[in-house]
Amino acid sequence: MKLSRRAFIKANAIAVTAAAAGMSLPKAEALANEEDLDIRWDKAPCRFCGTGCSVLIGTKDGRVVATQGDPDAPVNRGLNCIKGYFLSKIMYGKDRLKTPMLRKRNGKYDKEGEFTPVSWDEAFDTMAEKFKEAIKKKGPESVGMFGSGQWTVFEGYAASKLFKGGFRSNNLDPNARHCMASAVAGFIRTFGSDEPMGCYDDLEHADGFVLWGSNMAEMHPILWSRLTDRRLTASHVKVAVLSTFENRGYELADLTLTFKPQTDLYILNYIANYIIQNNAVNEDFVAKHTTFKQGNTDIGYGLRPTDPREQKAKNAKSAGGSKDITFAEYKKFVSQFTLEKTAKETGVPEENLLELAKMYADPKRKIVSYWTMGFNQHTRGTWANNLVYNIHLLTGKISEPGNGPFSLTGQPSACGTAREVGTFAHRLPADLVVKKEAHRDFTEKIWKLPKGTIPGKVGYHAVLQNRMLKDGKLNAYWVMCNNNMQAGPNFNEEAYPGYRNPDNFIVVTDPYPTVTAMAADLMLPTAMWVEKEGAYGNAERRSQFWRQQVNAPGEAKSDLWQLVEFSKRFKVEEVWPADLIAQKPEYKGKTLYDILYANGQVNKFPTQKISDGAGNTYDNNEMEDFGFYLQKGIYEEYRLFGLHGPKKGHELGEFDDYHKSRGLRWPVVDGKETLWRYREGYDPHVAKGSGVQFYGNKDNRARIYALPYEPPAESPDKEFDLWLCTGRVLEHWHTGSMTQRVPELYRAVPHAVLFMNPEDAKARGLRRGMSAKISSRRGEITATIETRGRNRMPKGQVFLPFFDARRLANKLILDATCPISKETDFKKCAAKVERA
Amino acid sequence: MKAASDIQQSGLTSRRKFLSGSAAAACGVALFGLGGCMAKDESGVILRPPGASEEFLGACIRCGQCVRACPYNTLKLVGLFGQGGTGSPYFEPRQVSCEMCEDLPCIKACPTGALDPQLTDVNKAKMGLAVLVDQETCLNYLGLRCGVCYRACPSIDKAITLDARHNQRSGKHTLFLPKIHSEHCTGCGKCEKSCVLEASAIKVLPRSLAKGELGHHYRLGWEEKEKKGSSLIPEALDLPDRMPEFTPPSFEEVKP
Repeated sequence: MKLSRRAFIKANAIAVTAAAAGMSLPKAEALANEEDLDIRWDKAPCRFCGTGCSVLIGTKDGRVVATQGDPDAPVNRGLNCIKGYFLSKIMYGKDRLKTPMLRKRNGKYDKEGEFTPVSWDEAFDTMAEKFKEAIKKKGPESVGMFGSGQWTVFEGYAASKLFKGGFRSNNLDPNARHCMASAVAGFIRTFGSDEPMGCYDDLEHADGFVLWGSNMAEMHPILWSRLTDRRLTASHVKVAVLSTFENRGYELADLTLTFKPQTDLYILNYIANYIIQNNAVNEDFVAKHTTFKQGNTDIGYGLRPTDPREQKAKNAKSAGGSKDITFAEYKKFVSQFTLEKTAKETGVPEENLLELAKMYADPKRKIVSYWTMGFNQHTRGTWANNLVYNIHLLTGKISEPGNGPFSLTGQPSACGTAREVGTFAHRLPADLVVKKEAHRDFTEKIWKLPKGTIPGKVGYHAVLQNRMLKDGKLNAYWVMCNNNMQAGPNFNEEAYPGYRNPDNFIVVTDPYPTVTAMAADLMLPTAMWVEKEGAYGNAERRSQFWRQQVNAPGEAKSDLWQLVEFSKRFKVEEVWPADLIAQKPEYKGKTLYDILYANGQVNKFPTQKISDGAGNTYDNNEMEDFGFYLQKGIYEEYRLFGLHGPKKGHELGEFDDYHKSRGLRWPVVDGKETLWRYREGYDPHVAKGSGVQFYGNKDNRARIYALPYEPPAESPDKEFDLWLCTGRVLEHWHTGSMTQRVPELYRAVPHAVLFMNPEDAKARGLRRGMSAKISSRRGEITATIETRGRNRMPKGQVFLPFFDARRLANKLILDATCPISKETDFKKCAAKVERA
Repeated sequence: MKAASDIQQSGLTSRRKFLSGSAAAACGVALFGLGGCMAKDESGVILRPPGASEEFLGACIRCGQCVRACPYNTLKLVGLFGQGGTGSPYFEPRQVSCEMCEDLPCIKACPTGALDPQLTDVNKAKMGLAVLVDQETCLNYLGLRCGVCYRACPSIDKAITLDARHNQRSGKHTLFLPKIHSEHCTGCGKCEKSCVLEASAIKVLPRSLAKGELGHHYRLGWEEKEKKGSSLIPEALDLPDRMPEFTPPSFEEVKP
C-alpha cells in the first residue's frame, strides 16, 4: 500500500488547512495514510465460517494491525460480515494462554490441583506418561482425540497420522461431527463420494432457492448477500425458506414454511410424491443415472444402549442398512405422503406446500437447495439429506450451473480438514474409510507403515468419546481447537464427569481458557489463525492457503507443532506390538516422529525462505523448529491420496500454486479447477458421451432412498412442555471464545437471551426482559426473556444461542444423534420455562 | 463444573465494574443532587425518559423518582451546571439504552405527570428518533454484512428495515441499507448502543431535530394507491401500441 506523492501532498495540505482553521481532523483519518505506509499486506481466508471469504492481513512490527476484505476474491469481493470485520482483534484478547498450565499440588501433577505454569517439557512428559500408561494398561483404544473443522489441513493430517498410524487408535473425531456429519453420511450414501457437486457460482445461475433449516441470513452472511442480489436483479427468482421458527431468512422469502419440528421428513417426501404424480420426473435422467433403495427403519436415536428407546428400536444396530427396490416400489412408498396428510402433520398450509412442490417440479426453473443445521442436527439427519437428493435426482436438477443440492458448512475447514483429510473416527484421507481393508492397505503404503497398523474398527465418535470417558474406557484424551464442554450436548451428565473422572487425563489445546480448557488437567497454549502457516477448505471445495504473518504470544506453539513434537516422546516399542514392528525391522528403536514425519516424505523439503511476489519475507516457526518445510512435506504426502487413491476425483493442485492463488476448487486436473462435479464437460472424470456419471458409486449411479417419517427422540410433554432449539447469532462465532473477546461484538450482543413467543411467556407469568429459568431433564440455566427481536417463535417453541459462556445452553440438549451419522440433534428436545 | 463456569471473559470484568460504578454514581447524584455527573453529549442534545413532553422541564420537580425506578440504570440526573436542567432525568443511549419495560416503571414513579401517565404502551413512546447520521462509515452502506443495529432493534422490521440494493462495485452482492421508520421508532437507543463502530454511525436525536417534514401540498402516489387498493381515479383508457408483427420475447417472458 503505497501512498502516491500527490495523495501525500494532498493529505498534508488538508491537515495544514485544518490546522490553520483551528480544527482538528479525526485522529484516525489523519494518521491512517501515514500509518499505512509501512504495513505489509498478505492474503488469508477468514477464520470463521465455511463461506471462505478472503481477507488481506495488514501486519506491522510483528502485529496484525488491520485487515480488509480482498476486493479481488471471488467469494466476497472485498466484503466481510461483522465477525470478519473484527478479525484483527481476535488474537489479542487479554487472557491469551501463553504457557502450558498443569493442575498441580505440592509441586506434582494432581487431578485436583490448581493450574500452574509449566514448561513444554514438563507438560509433554506428564502427558506422554499418561498416554503410555493408558496404552500399556488397556491398549490403543484407551487413547483418543477430539479435533476440529477449524484445524488447518496440515494439522488434521498430522493428527490423523499420529492417532491412526502412530497410536493405532481410530478414536479421533472432529467437532465437525456436531456440524455436518449428516451431510457427509448423506453424500456418501447417495453418491458414494463426499461434498457438494456444485459451487457458489450457482448463486448467480439459479432461478429459485430453497433453504431447508438454514438461517443463511445470519450464519452465511456473505453468501446471503449474493443470494439476495440474485433475487434483486432477476425478478423471476423465487426464494423459499423452511424453518421451525421465523428467522432472518424470512426477510427476503417469497414463500415461507414454518413446520413442526422433525416434520421436514414429510415435506421432503411429499415433494417427491408431487413430482411423480404430476409427471415432472426426468425419466431419462432417472433411468440412466439412478437406482432405488429402501432404507432400514426404526433405527433408534444413538443413545446409550441401556436407554429404553434404543432397546425398543428394531434396527438400532443396522441403522444404515438398505435393500434394492424398483422405481414402482418407490412410487408406491411415497404415494402415502399426500398434500392433505403433509399439511396436517407439519402445520404448514396446503397452498405453501403446493407452491414449493411446484417450484421443484417446474422443468424450466433451476433450483438450488441449501441447508445447514436444521437438516444435519437431526435424529434423522442422514435421511433428510438423502431425501433432498431424491428431489434433485428425480427432476435431474443437479450437477449443472444453478441446479443442485448444496450443504453449507459452518466451519472454515469442515470440508478441507475434517472431511477431505478424514479426521473422523471412520475415515482416512480422500474419501477412504478404515473399515475397508483395501483403503487401509493403500493408506499404510503411502504412510510407509506395516500392513495392519491402522485398526479396521471404527473409533469412538464425538458423543461416544464423552460416554467412554465417563465410563473409564477412554483414559488419555486430547482436545484441540474446539470448545466441546460448551458446544457439545448434555455435558453435565455425559461430558464433565468424564473429564473429571480420576482415571482420565485430559489435555486441552486452545488459545484461550475456554470452559473446556478449565475442565481439563493440562492446558496447552496454541498459535491461532495467521500465527502459523495454514490451509483451509471451504464449502465449495475451494482450498485456500496462507503464510504465517505474526508470531504467537509467549510460549504458545501451533497445533501442528504440538502434534509433531509430541510424537517424539514415543518409542515405537512403547505403542506397537512386536509382530507389527517385525514387519519393518528398520523401525526398531525409532520414535513415532521418525516413522510418521521424518519418513523421507514429510521431511523431504528443506528449510527455505518464505517470500511473496512482492519480495516480503515471512516466518515459518515449524520450519525453524523441525528443520524442514513441514507444511509442504505434509501436503505433498497428503496429495498422493487424491492423485493415486482408490476413490477418484480428489486431485489437488501444486503446493506453490495455492500460495499464489485465491484458492482452487478440487478436483484440480490439468491445471484447471472443477466447478460442477459428475457432469460431462465440467468434470474431467466423466466419460465422454455419458452426460452424467456419479462415479463415487461403482455403477456410476446415485441412489434414491425410500425413507419415511419417524418421531424425534424426545418431544414436549406435560412437564417439559416446550420445544427447545439452540444455535447461533451473526455477531458471535460458535462458543464465543474469540468473538466475545472483541469488545465491540461483546457490546453488540453481550448475552444469550431466550427467544420466546409472547403468549407462551405470558402464560408462565413472564414478560420480555424478565429473568427465566430454562430447564430440561438434563439441567437448568437462567436467561432473559426476549419476545421481540430477530427470531419470532411460534407458540410451543423457544430458541437459545449457545455462544454465552455464562449460560451454557447445550447442557440442556439430549445427546440423541442420527444413528447413521452420529450427529447430535441440537434442534429439538423438551424443556420448560419458569420464573427465575 | 464451578471452575469452568466461573471463567471471566477478558474485558468483561472491568466493563461490569465500570457499569456498576457509574450506576452508583448516578444514584449518588439522585440522592444528594451534588455535581460531577453531567449530561455531556457533545451535540448538546438531551434525551428524556418515555412520556416526557416538550414542556417536560416545566412539570418535572427534579425528584429523581424515575431514575430510582429504572431497573437498568438507564436514567441519570443532570448534575450541577449540566445542560438541560440540573436534577432532571436523561439518558445516553451509547452508554445505557432504554430497555423498553412493558410496565413503564419510570412513568409510574413520576409524581407530577411530567412523564405522561397516559402513555401505557411502551411501543408508543417517542423518546427520540434514530438517525443513520453517517452513511460514509456505516458498514452496511459499505456492503459489509453488519446489520447489528437492525437486529438489536426491539422493533426489528418495523422501526428499522433493511432496504436491499444491488452492490454495483462487487457486482454480485447486496447493500442492506438500514432505514428508520419514525412511526415505530421509540428512540430507545439500542441501535446507537450496539453499533460496532468506534463512534456510532446511528444516533438517537430529539424528534424535533431528527424529523423532516413533507410539504402538506404533496402526496406520495404509490402510497396513496396502496392505501386505497387501487388507483385513486377510475380506470383510464390505454390504447394498444402499434408493433411489428414479431416481437422477440423479453428475458422475463422466457424465464419461468
